[in-house]
Amino acid sequence: MNKRKRLLSHSFGITVISILMGFIVGAIILHRTGYNPFEAYGIMARGVFEKPKYLVQTIINSTPLILTGLSVVFAFRTGLFNIGAEGQFIIGALTAAWVGYFLKLPPVIHVVVVFFAAAIAAALWGGIAGFFKAKLGINEVITTIMLNWIAFYTQNYFVTLESFKKPDSEASYAIQNTASIVILEGWKKSQAGREWLKNHPIWRDVLKTDFNWGFLIAILIAILIWYILNKTTLGYELRAVGFNRFAAEYGGISVKKSIVASMMIAGALAGAAGALHVMGVSHKVSTLATMEGYGFDGIAVSLIAGSSPIGCILAGLLFSGLKYGGSKIQYTMNAPPEIISIIIGVIVLFIAMPRLIDAIPKAVAKIMPFVSRRRGEKHVG
Amino acid sequence: MKKRFFVVLMVLMMGFSLFAAGCGQNAPEAPKQQASGDEQADKDQGQDKKALKAAMATDVGGVHDQSFNQSAWEGLQRAEKELGVEANYIESQQEADYGPNLETLYDAGNDLIWGVGYMMAGAIKEAAEKNPDQNYAIIDFAYGDESPENVVGVVFKAEQSSFLVGYIAGKMTKTGKIGFVGGKRGFIIDAFEYGFRAGVKYADKDAEVAIQYADSFTDAAKGKAIANQMYQNGADIVFHAAGGVGLGVIESAKENEKQVIGVDRDQNSLAPDHVITSAMKRVDNGMYNTVKAMAEDKLPVGETVVYGLAEGGVDIAPTSDKHVPAEILDEIATLKQEIIDGKITVPFNEETFNEFKAE
Repeated sequence: MNKRKRLLSHSFGITVISILMGFIVGAIILHRTGYNPFEAYGIMARGVFEKPKYLVQTIINSTPLILTGLSVVFAFRTGLFNIGAEGQFIIGALTAAWVGYFLKLPPVIHVVVVFFAAAIAAALWGGIAGFFKAKLGINEVITTIMLNWIAFYTQNYFVTLESFKKPDSEASYAIQNTASIVILEGWKKSQAGREWLKNHPIWRDVLKTDFNWGFLIAILIAILIWYILNKTTLGYELRAVGFNRFAAEYGGISVKKSIVASMMIAGALAGAAGALHVMGVSHKVSTLATMEGYGFDGIAVSLIAGSSPIGCILAGLLFSGLKYGGSKIQYTMNAPPEIISIIIGVIVLFIAMPRLIDAIPKAVAKIMPFVSRRRGEKHVG
Repeated sequence: MKKRFFVVLMVLMMGFSLFAAGCGQNAPEAPKQQASGDEQADKDQGQDKKALKAAMATDVGGVHDQSFNQSAWEGLQRAEKELGVEANYIESQQEADYGPNLETLYDAGNDLIWGVGYMMAGAIKEAAEKNPDQNYAIIDFAYGDESPENVVGVVFKAEQSSFLVGYIAGKMTKTGKIGFVGGKRGFIIDAFEYGFRAGVKYADKDAEVAIQYADSFTDAAKGKAIANQMYQNGADIVFHAAGGVGLGVIESAKENEKQVIGVDRDQNSLAPDHVITSAMKRVDNGMYNTVKAMAEDKLPVGETVVYGLAEGGVDIAPTSDKHVPAEILDEIATLKQEIIDGKITVPFNEETFNEFKAE
């Protein structure tokens, strides 16, 4: 118990230091390229915290990241690298847009149907990679990367279909209002809603965003995933396979079944991200020129989260705050927004090499006696 | 363990504060510059009115895309220089950024907010409805009767410049075969395609135009493959209206020693010996003129402004005289006048093209 606790705080410490390092390296680069890093970080912080609607926007943006992060975490706990969250996200979004537009159902039921349709479609999509791994031993990294592209072009194909594509645009028709999870969507566009909001500027600001139920759903899912992984037989089996698949097999766990199950659940999670994104924010899917990156960002989120489902919530919020706040430094001081990618990259880099951070105090301990000229002293303060 | 963690933290803090002390001295340069820009603007206007602010949100192409967004930004920069307007931009990384980015521009107190490209039509309309007191403008989209009261649409008659380069191609082809590479089908690229085909037909009734779409605006490799195919099949001039795909088309022309026609900007610099002309779409002029109208309090909100040959919104590239014989350019000058006078109506979609052919 004691050991486990220490392990936990250790990885948490590494995460905090890595995040700090990310900001420091970002600051150095900003400084070298002629921008004041304090001003930049100030703008970023204000860009996220200054007004309620900024916070709301950060929360909205974090929703898909939390879920794709969870997807990667879940597969990782079974020893699988789910690089395919991107493709599973696309399949989920496409299914959600399709079911959301073509089916006509009463309000809440429609949302539920869209959500599960998208999750199931993406689960099957993720399951393909799991199946190939289990039956034929093909590495899931390769299959999921290829499946990403298949998903990408599948979406581009569907968006060209006459019955689905909105004329004179690059996108599908918007989903029915019954499938929307935007909070008070109907009311805020109505006459009465507009009148009321006029006199309540804060609420007006907040509801101007696509404030939706997605974040709440994402948190519930994160808790559910934590429960499945840690408190159920299924989770135990999956984790056992992740620790040592041979030992797990020896212990009577079907490794193949676990691999397929894990990839399917991972797929469903990324698909849920796509569904919530369509129902809450975009309301449609568009032809893609490049990958949008929700799934790839999920990989970084899962690393920052230290493979913990609850950590994904925090990491998703951090990630979305960085990106949303970062978009403002470009506008306000013309600093390159790529700085955010650098910060995130450095964070991930440091998290990926915990031994480097471990080595820092050792190096300090080595130098310190030399500096203080007192041999034998190991710690300062 | 805990102690170790603190040691690391301390070291980092120390490093950070050292560095922070270093950069405190030479920070406030940027704002100074801005201030002098303001002064300039005030002087220009001859009164102490606050400088107007205009900003644009790019689509996912980003501001340095060698084409559309870049041209738009050049227009705003020109407005900054000549009209003393404060110009700025924000880049969109993902489609979901459009809404939040427009909101960021709204919060920054801009007088005019631009959406660049018809992909942003939905986001601009939504933003305009949410903020009825704010003026918006969009490039390449006409809302028609559904236009919100606070949006200016700016569209270009790309078929006119395409017609002119089509005429040049029809006159200059030796094999009688010409190629057209489109990006994605839609009303925007239709104007290029049918305008071009009409121009070719007008010059040479028997010339064939091979048409192929890349289904992309970014895949240069695909553009190259398509153009290679066209050149091998005997085409000697290819026109592209496909954004980044076109860079591959131009590359192919270079390798095959054939001729190619550029689009949007004067693309001669990309292959000086092979790009014979370009169908220019002056997005920069559209942006500049609209901002100018705003500075003169004549912003045509709720309307769509159409830029054609007459308004200087489209044209052929100024470097055309390097490759195109003078007598053809003389004919082009006449054609231009006839289009401006309405003697020739250039088709912009399949229907009008069929009518044009029938005449």
